[in-house]
Amino acid sequence: MTAEVTPGAPAGPEEHVQAPALEMRGITKRYPRVVANDGIDLTVRPGEIHALLGENGAGKSTLMNILYGLARPDEGEILLDGQRVEIAGPADAIARGINMVHQHFMLVPVLTVAENILLGEETMANPVFLDRAEARRRIVELGKRFGFEVDPDAKVGSLSVGWQQRVEILKALYRDARILVLDEPTAVLTPQETDEIFSVLRRLADAGHSIVFISHKLYEVLEIADRITVIRRGKVVGERTPAETSEDDLAELMVGREVQLTVDRGESHPADVVLRVEGLEVKDDRGNKAVSGVDLEVRAGEILGVAGVAGNGQDELVEAIVGLRRPVGGRITLGERDVTGHSPRDLHQAGVGYVPADRHRFGLVLSFPCSDNLVLTDYYQAPYARFGMRDDGAIRAAAERRIAEYDCRTPSADARASILSGGNQQKLVVAREFSRHLRLLVLDQPTRGLDVGSIEFIHHQAIARRDAGVAILLVSAELDEVLELSDRIAVMYRGRIVALRDGRTADKNEIGLLMATGGEDRAADTAGGAA
Amino acid sequence: MEALIETLYAIPLLGLAFQLVGYLVAVVPSISPIILQAATPIAFAALCGVICERSGVVNIGIEGVMLTAAFVGWYAGVLVVPMFGPGEPGVLGITPALLVAFAAALASGLVVSALHAWLSISVKADQIISGTIINIAAFGITGYLNTLIASGSPNGAGAFTQLSPPRELRDLPVIGWLIDMFLSQGPITLSLVVVVVVFQLLLFRSRWGLRTRAVGEHPRAAETVGIDVIRVRYRNVILGGLLAAMGGAFLSLEGTNSFQAGMTAGRGFIGLAAMIVGRWSPLGAFGAALLFSSTQAIGQSIGFFPPTGQLGEILGALPGQAYDAIPYFVTIVVLAGVVGRSIPPAAVGQPYEREAVS
Amino acid sequence: MNDIAGRGIALVRRVWSLVALPLISILLGLLVGAVVILVSQVIQPTKPFDPTLPITGYIGLFRGAFGTFEGQVDTLVFATPLVLGGLSVALAFKAGLFNIGAHGQFLVGALASVAIGVTFNTSPAIVAIPMALGAGMLAGAAWGFIPGFLKAVSGAHEVVTTIMLNYIALTVVAAMVSGPLDQPGSPSPITDDVGTAALPIIIGRSGHLGILIAGVVVLLVAWLLYRTTRGFEIRTVGANPDAARYAGMRPRYILVLTMSLAGLLAGMSGATVVLGVTHLMTASFGSTVGFDSIAVALLGRSNPFGVVFAALLFGAMRAGAPQLQLQAGIPTEIVDVLQATILLFLVASPYIRRALRLRGVKEPVAETDTISKTYGSETVG
Repeated sequence: MTAEVTPGAPAGPEEHVQAPALEMRGITKRYPRVVANDGIDLTVRPGEIHALLGENGAGKSTLMNILYGLARPDEGEILLDGQRVEIAGPADAIARGINMVHQHFMLVPVLTVAENILLGEETMANPVFLDRAEARRRIVELGKRFGFEVDPDAKVGSLSVGWQQRVEILKALYRDARILVLDEPTAVLTPQETDEIFSVLRRLADAGHSIVFISHKLYEVLEIADRITVIRRGKVVGERTPAETSEDDLAELMVGREVQLTVDRGESHPADVVLRVEGLEVKDDRGNKAVSGVDLEVRAGEILGVAGVAGNGQDELVEAIVGLRRPVGGRITLGERDVTGHSPRDLHQAGVGYVPADRHRFGLVLSFPCSDNLVLTDYYQAPYARFGMRDDGAIRAAAERRIAEYDCRTPSADARASILSGGNQQKLVVAREFSRHLRLLVLDQPTRGLDVGSIEFIHHQAIARRDAGVAILLVSAELDEVLELSDRIAVMYRGRIVALRDGRTADKNEIGLLMATGGEDRAADTAGGAA
Repeated sequence: MEALIETLYAIPLLGLAFQLVGYLVAVVPSISPIILQAATPIAFAALCGVICERSGVVNIGIEGVMLTAAFVGWYAGVLVVPMFGPGEPGVLGITPALLVAFAAALASGLVVSALHAWLSISVKADQIISGTIINIAAFGITGYLNTLIASGSPNGAGAFTQLSPPRELRDLPVIGWLIDMFLSQGPITLSLVVVVVVFQLLLFRSRWGLRTRAVGEHPRAAETVGIDVIRVRYRNVILGGLLAAMGGAFLSLEGTNSFQAGMTAGRGFIGLAAMIVGRWSPLGAFGAALLFSSTQAIGQSIGFFPPTGQLGEILGALPGQAYDAIPYFVTIVVLAGVVGRSIPPAAVGQPYEREAVS
Repeated sequence: MNDIAGRGIALVRRVWSLVALPLISILLGLLVGAVVILVSQVIQPTKPFDPTLPITGYIGLFRGAFGTFEGQVDTLVFATPLVLGGLSVALAFKAGLFNIGAHGQFLVGALASVAIGVTFNTSPAIVAIPMALGAGMLAGAAWGFIPGFLKAVSGAHEVVTTIMLNYIALTVVAAMVSGPLDQPGSPSPITDDVGTAALPIIIGRSGHLGILIAGVVVLLVAWLLYRTTRGFEIRTVGANPDAARYAGMRPRYILVLTMSLAGLLAGMSGATVVLGVTHLMTASFGSTVGFDSIAVALLGRSNPFGVVFAALLFGAMRAGAPQLQLQAGIPTEIVDVLQATILLFLVASPYIRRALRLRGVKEPVAETDTISKTYGSETVG
């Protein structure tokens, strides 16, 4: 069972039954400014679920891109079933039985399930045309074998996230995948969907497939993996089995120091209601109702977290509250003032701050200097402008002050925002939005894709604002973040708030179930309504 | 019946609309072959747009490709006619010289579109700027060369001629005019109809079509299943160049037998509008091209055979140039009316960066 | 002392990073132009082959543009509409819009100036000139407003609508000049002279007031873009319309405003030509200014001062072209070829930069991302 090929042993051509399905030896990849992988060894046995654990930026993705032929290693070698191979590109990787399920699904929304699965591995009726009937038949059969049947003619864009992931796995199985790499597969799933995917993975492993499971969530890794490899800053820092380790041990390996797994959110002292949303109705870009009758209140000095699977109307809710989207019904009041349908500028002036989920879209102008980005919402008023004329001196002074205050690493205030790292870009947004007179802060996935240091910083800043009496609305698809920070938790499902729980006593599984189904009663309701 | 029509025509204002409908019913069957001919360059331009944009590349340079092909086709004819002699025209007016001229037109389209492909795919220049520069370059270079050459007023290879289906078929009731429309045509227009149907089938039923659509919608996804995005784009843009060149060749080798500076007159852009109105499908684009060309043909027809009565008086009072402006005007109106509801391929206009290169 | 030298080097570096690629493009363009001139002798084999013809031609071009005082004035006169047209295209670029419609705006601007100029052609110049100039600016602005409005309301991309408007402008000019504006009794359609509405000559034989006006407008546009909050809004909308919307700007309003301003500048460009140079219009009144303006804006990096240099370059080419034809027998259309090849190299400059390993050199065509992003979709916010 433990006949493991030790690194450095000769890559003998003798093939044992025990030869690892995949072995990566001494993989090194250098980029102009960083060494992304520094002599990484990874061994995956047949029928094993092997977790690759590491922070964002630790080098997991680079390693997997090398395995998938998307990047060339500068040093090191890859062995499949004990044979040394050169992987020329994705097509080559697929031909060798390596398939990847990417964190951002690689599915074409406007194509059908069958078309997505066929793509690149087409079943042909003749040299020109596809054999769509045969493809359909094979897809249905595969789905039956592994316990998830999906309509091959459904448009992928109309499927839920959980089902899209199954399509991704089907896509791999259709290509006879022997090694399946899943990159953060649970990031967008509810706990229940996660359980379902885990049982699918277990079934695949039992059928002899090898699975590489990439994650930074400790408890998940402990639950699903047979073995765990931890990498930090491009190096392997440990290998464990779930039996011999713990969350604390893994966390320390992963981050390199003892970390507080949870933020100390302290006591909150909610005061008057700052934001009141009543019967809010908002449409999405396609004109469908995305928010239908939401009521909620956020008080000064509390954090209200909104949990929900992505795409249940959170984006539209947030955009309506910050003035980016005009509601079609209902009321939004800030303090005593009705601000329904008011412009973003009105809301800034009324003390609303906003950290958007996509900082490149709403948060920053990447081609502008940091200084302009730091006054992006105040550029028109004193001291930054008078009579429609900019005051560059005042803008620069304010920018330099904020850069220092928020510890934003930039060569200078004149440097373009595009050259900053993701964490520092987010600090620019936070610095701008947090440093004006605030009554309400809307945080939409404020830490997505950031390193642990930046996450801690932003969480502490948020709690400091709360303690200073600001009302905070936190929206996140990461249930863990909502559970860690919120004083109260609202669960959003299909455009409605289906439940409100106390943040300190909320049960994760219950919240997850509510996110997935909207609650038993409501599920029954909608099922009845749909019938 | 007559009386009813008279009564309808007499209604104030609304009567004018009836008169217009009456005029169209009378005139459209007889000008239908002209409508299809006018649609040919626009439709080829639109098909070029479809094939490029379906794989994610904006091609504003269609106009330039057409103009180049029209010029090269004509000038190749000038060069080879002395070698081959005028020749005895075969069916459809085909002569060896004309075929060489046509091949040269296609080859030039290929070269120019390869330039656009290189600029927008490999150099990753802004695709709209790249296309515009190709238009300016094509306009400048063909204009310059035309000035050089036209001083000797040389003769080209002539033009393809129209098929003439038997009189009996064309005179069939109800469908006769359709036969006239689709068969009384030269080889380039005849091939258009075939190309539209084949392209439609390939785009939605073939491996090439599936890969093309995937590359235009989500290139990264296509690359992860082993499709070479760059190659698909190059191939499609170059194929598109051939289609646009067919449209250009039509102008100087079938519609007329000579070249004039700037003779494409915006057809490449009207083709792009037709592509949008036709929702990026070959059949739809062809239909939209017919719509645009019929407004043009009807405008001309009003000039030649003005309608009688009140309608004729009003239309007669408009300056002649108003009819020239009709296709451009209709393009703007239809585009403004339809564009918000017509969704382009998601990755259109974005250069593709291979993953993990940085 | 050292400090001053250091600053000098820094300044040289900065200038080099901006002008390197445009300069290389110009040189390569002239090189290809020389090849075209050589090859076109083969097409026209009436004369003996002259391998030095490109040099003769370029010398003629240079002499024509700079050789004499009047030539220099001509260069300024040709550059004037290009400065204004180039500013029009550049300003639109800043807001993420591609104003291919400068041509049409130029034409309607010229037409309106002539129409008003002819009406007031005996009034005092102090009245007639502002009226005629203003009419041209307003007409251009209106012609620019249309595509801006259509994009804001329906999402119809300006690339197609402005081209259509160019063709419509051509027919409008033809209809007006051969109709209401036609000089009675003239053999071919032609308007009356604008008389006192003509711009006064301030330098040389042909240097009209428009040269000065263009110079002032350059400063105004630069001031607008970089010193005012409205300019900041224009640049923000161009760089990231979504962030602009969140920042409280109104992207739709800004794009209609910018397109109208761009039209105003192009219309003004047309006005300076008819009021400063031709003083009347014919039915076939045409001009390459509209498309030259795109070249000017791209070569000038959409920067108001860069536009001046680019306009002087192309103005010189246009001014020198007749000499080139006279001395080398090359059609003046060669200027179109030169311009086109310069532009092609400019667009290919990311490749040139890689091929020549030029570090720290800026891309010439940078501010155009939003143009492709908004293509065919309703994403202006």
